[in-house]
Amino acid sequence: MFDRRLAYHFDWGLLILTIFLGCAGLITLHSAVSAGSGDAQKSLYIKQWIWFGAGIIVMVASFAADYKNLKRWAKPIYGFCVGLLVCVMLFGRYAGGSKRWLTFGPVSLQPSELMKIAVVIILAKYYSDNAKPEGMTLKDLIIPFILTLIPFGLIVKQPDLGTAMTVFLIAASVTLFVKIRWRTFLGLTGTALVLMAPVWLFALKEYQRQRILTFLDPDRDPLGAGYHIIQSKIAIGSGMMYGKGWMQGSQNALSFLPEHHTDFIFSVLAEEWGFVGSASLVVLFLILIIYGLNIAYGCKEPFGTILSVGVTGIIFWQSFINMGMVMGLMPVVGVPLPFISYGGSSVMSMMCCIGILMNVSMRRFMFE
Amino acid sequence: MSDDDEIKSSENDWYRQRLGGLMFCVMTAFAMLIIRLFHLQNVQGEEFRQRAEYNYIRIQSVDAPRGLIFDRNRKVLADNRPSLDLAIVLKDAKPVDETIGKLSEYANISLEELIAKVNANRGVPAYKSVLLKADINMDMLAAVEVHKFDLPGISVNISSRRQYPEKESMAHVIGYVGEVNSQELNEEREDEYEYRVGDYIGKIGIEKSQEEFLRGTRGGRQVEVDAKGRVVRVLKTVEGKPGHNVYLTIDDELQKKAESLISATTGAMVVLDYSNGEVLAMASNPSFDLNPFITGLSRDAWNKLISNPARPLENKAIQAEYPPASTYKIITAMAALEEGVANERTGVSCPGYYHFKDHTYRCWNKFGHGPVNVFSAMAQSCDVFFYHTGQKLGVDRIAKYAKAAGLGSRTGIELDHEGGGLIPTSEWKKRRMGVSWRAGETISVAIGQGYNLTTPLQMAMVTASIANGGIVYRPTIIKKIETAEGYVVHEAAPEEKGRLPISPKTLEIVRKGLKQVVNSPSGTAYKIRLAQIEICGKTGTAQIVSNPKDDDPKRKVAAHLRSHAWFVGYSSSEKYPIAVSVIVEHGEHGSDAAAPLVRNMIRYYYESEVGHQE
Repeated sequence: MFDRRLAYHFDWGLLILTIFLGCAGLITLHSAVSAGSGDAQKSLYIKQWIWFGAGIIVMVASFAADYKNLKRWAKPIYGFCVGLLVCVMLFGRYAGGSKRWLTFGPVSLQPSELMKIAVVIILAKYYSDNAKPEGMTLKDLIIPFILTLIPFGLIVKQPDLGTAMTVFLIAASVTLFVKIRWRTFLGLTGTALVLMAPVWLFALKEYQRQRILTFLDPDRDPLGAGYHIIQSKIAIGSGMMYGKGWMQGSQNALSFLPEHHTDFIFSVLAEEWGFVGSASLVVLFLILIIYGLNIAYGCKEPFGTILSVGVTGIIFWQSFINMGMVMGLMPVVGVPLPFISYGGSSVMSMMCCIGILMNVSMRRFMFE
Repeated sequence: MSDDDEIKSSENDWYRQRLGGLMFCVMTAFAMLIIRLFHLQNVQGEEFRQRAEYNYIRIQSVDAPRGLIFDRNRKVLADNRPSLDLAIVLKDAKPVDETIGKLSEYANISLEELIAKVNANRGVPAYKSVLLKADINMDMLAAVEVHKFDLPGISVNISSRRQYPEKESMAHVIGYVGEVNSQELNEEREDEYEYRVGDYIGKIGIEKSQEEFLRGTRGGRQVEVDAKGRVVRVLKTVEGKPGHNVYLTIDDELQKKAESLISATTGAMVVLDYSNGEVLAMASNPSFDLNPFITGLSRDAWNKLISNPARPLENKAIQAEYPPASTYKIITAMAALEEGVANERTGVSCPGYYHFKDHTYRCWNKFGHGPVNVFSAMAQSCDVFFYHTGQKLGVDRIAKYAKAAGLGSRTGIELDHEGGGLIPTSEWKKRRMGVSWRAGETISVAIGQGYNLTTPLQMAMVTASIANGGIVYRPTIIKKIETAEGYVVHEAAPEEKGRLPISPKTLEIVRKGLKQVVNSPSGTAYKIRLAQIEICGKTGTAQIVSNPKDDDPKRKVAAHLRSHAWFVGYSSSEKYPIAVSVIVEHGEHGSDAAAPLVRNMIRYYYESEVGHQE
């Protein structure tokens, strides 16, 4: 089943980048959870190793078979993920004010993480089948719009504004990447802006409006999100040029940072490794993303190109939103930092993304 | 190369152009991140490093006062009092063991208790305040204040605690609050309000059912503290919002009267305003004091409450379900008249028993009532008359009228754990027990025995609908809800659940029968008639051991096997729109044990209304 030429074309560069990111993540996570007083926290470090182990299997599975098969499987995959989201709504575990997880014995799955990839695959299929040299019209965009709206709505309902926004941004990036007529683009943007006011005034309840306002402006919530951002900025800033050293972060140690092993893990890294460490991580992400786009560039057929762009888009938006948030540049949202934040679903879906990129990269030289 | 491939390759050229633009966007975005990092870590780095040295910004949460509960005349039923709470911030209290030792010595609090509290909060971040002891007394406060500088990280905070000035009165209705438990913490809420460990939440009664109105919105402060944890400056304040005040429809005076009337019994009384369905009084005896649930109920006291056979924690007015017994003849009479099975001239001769399929059903009067019609059958509560008509009606036609009157389902009053009762139908029995309805069972159902179950509130609602001309109002206990500033957010309005499906003529006949129960010399409740106001009503004696042959009055029946006594009644004057239902558990005869209580309540109501008018 495995062509020897494929092994020859295996993308070692991508693997090395992934290993670097994974190690940075595990080292930071070790520090983040050691600060916590509970043993439950410490076990997260071991669990993350297991997740990465499982992630490697997912990665291999994602590049083993030709990615072009994904085109055939796009609809079932999409349907399956939407089904999982519906299950979350019906039987999901309710924790911390939202319903995001499905629990199977000891393992909890966050289907919204998988949904991002499913959306990319189905949009890649649609656009590669329907792209026109003269550009897409409004009519052509109806189906992709519905395909995005279904998961978006289900995730907003959980409620998980951050992930819903990421799904939207990923879908929008893929759509803008394929050719759209200018008139269509302007028309859509205009309509969206006009529709905002009535939705805001009539469709949303007061607490929902409050939540969006806080989302956009954390200072509105000085006891919650606003406070977290202050503490996160103190953590990052106090790292200065060279950091306080591994396991030495005081912000982290005193639990001033909320969610320090998940959403705010970048602050832990920045506090302990300083500008040198944190800027390196940013650059590492940048290289990975450029690398992903380069794979898209090298691919000679539209499905592979769009797929690679979409998958790279997932990594881009998640890392950009997460790091921007902890630095106080972005709304406060629960988006994990790829490869670094603790979380099985996140690690799995990121390793799956890498697997897909490897897949496209390996087979770009193959012709049938 | 085919045409198709040509399109594809031209497409890919287009994509390659686009990729260049994409890379540019990505680089710009990441450049922003690096610039921001540089700014935070190098330009402002020194400042942040200092701020991190001892992190001096803390959050103090300020609980919002819970809304108050009043009766309809603004008498306070639940309010808040200040409580002094001793708290510790572990980060500031170093060395913790020494500080706690001193605290124990100065304030005279057992060291074990303090250590237990600290250990229980090991997982809490070190800069967060941990409650050591709630409700400390003045001596402890003085000791802590005097030794303030010797007790770093120890503070006394004022919080608000619930208290119930009426103690046992209306306990079931008001309910109590308690600390939120893990299940309540994780419950999904429509408004997505988040509770925190240590928050109070309504557990039963109005406290529970009106929780979303009563609880306020927590506020808090971002404060700057010094190295010892003392507040230097308040940076930001978020005002909490106090909870809404809830006014009940209950009239405290009528309530007290109802409670005193049933104080010697195990039972319940419900008083309704039949012109709108408002609950004027709802008493259930025995009751319990609400306050220990706030200050801490001892295990002993709790065990005593739950092992008491009279079930003091149960609100018998809405939670206990009893066979309605002869009060149910109101329903059977309506059904018979409306379905044409009987009219006002239909006569039955009562020999004291009724034969059906080699089984004998006894009338409560074993000597028989002789010839009876619908009026005298109601007045004298003749079972045989209703055996006849019930047999002709069949169970399903009786059930139709019972359900239309609101029986067999919850009334929808704003209290939780309400019982729905049970109105059997042939379909219900088939579904529930898998066997067909037997005609003989209809005979018991017709006189309110058998499978029938109702709550005192349901029977009061039925009585009220007869009294007001056929409108079944949903009983309500919330008069008004307003914000702390007095802005009304909800006001009770009469809500029709439906109307009795009977003609004015049928209603007139039923009313006349109920009038004769009290006002005809042969009526079962003739003793309770009043000169100043006309009472109509119906007695009921609910057998709990079904052995109709064994009704020898001279034989003493064990107390817990004696029948329950019912009476439902109303004043026929619409100037005094009051309907009352009473159950006295094991009170034996409705006419002796229950009817006088209703009479006394209606008289009290009448006299106080007349008194108010003068």
